[in-house]
Amino acid sequence: MELNSTFAVKEDVLIVRLSGELDHHEAELLRKKWKKVMDKHKVKHVVLNLEEMTFMDSSGLGVVLGRYKEVLQLGGEMVVCSISPSVKRLFEMSGLFKIVRLEENEQFALETLGVAS
Amino acid sequence: MKNEMTVTFSSVSENEAFARVTVAAFVSQLDPTMDELTEIKTVVSEAVTNCIIHAYNNESHHEVTITCSIMDGEVELTIKDNGVGIANIDEARQPLYTSKPELERSGMGFTIIENFMDTVEVISHPGKGTTVYMTKQLTKAKTVCSS
Repeated sequence: MELNSTFAVKEDVLIVRLSGELDHHEAELLRKKWKKVMDKHKVKHVVLNLEEMTFMDSSGLGVVLGRYKEVLQLGGEMVVCSISPSVKRLFEMSGLFKIVRLEENEQFALETLGVAS
Repeated sequence: MKNEMTVTFSSVSENEAFARVTVAAFVSQLDPTMDELTEIKTVVSEAVTNCIIHAYNNESHHEVTITCSIMDGEVELTIKDNGVGIANIDEARQPLYTSKPELERSGMGFTIIENFMDTVEVISHPGKGTTVYMTKQLTKAKTVCSS
């Protein structure tokens, strides 16, 4: 199963919604797309919605970490939401929650970044 | 009864999904929990990715071989390449260590494998290749056996 990604911009927040399986093969493609969107739009923060994500491995963590570094340089924050228990375990194992904030859902994540619904 | 399967495939990243789905389908005979199946799929994905990126440096004309056997609720998994090998295995197994920082790797592959499997043994010969040998006892099968 492949990965589908959609991007939306709300004020200074880029919303990234992923569905499917994120492995090394898909990570390469996703990184290119994601970087292009971040170069094109003037955003500061990223909300990563993983509600439809069915599989992820350490290659996925690498992409998230890479974009986190870019967001940090913009003075922004990365928030991840709607995460499954198995993906949550990977994030915990790698200490990613020390740098990426977890929120329950996209709406709530956006509110914490000051974006009105 | 021991039940075993072996699959050999080209070292291309498209085969990462094929590899984990194939092993998951085989292991499903033991009626694993969803968590266990996800763990095994993740482990296969990590080990095969290591073969493709590190052992074969993203060259597609090499082979990766997976052998999986199931017996009494235990899964044995061997993932083998004939690539560059690992000079320092202890270093490679450190969390967050990556030999390719320029590739935006998380360095968590081996750590995830160790977390999700019961035993992990890495045998590597520089210039000849690496074999990762792993075992995992499934919980449900264990309960059935002990009752």
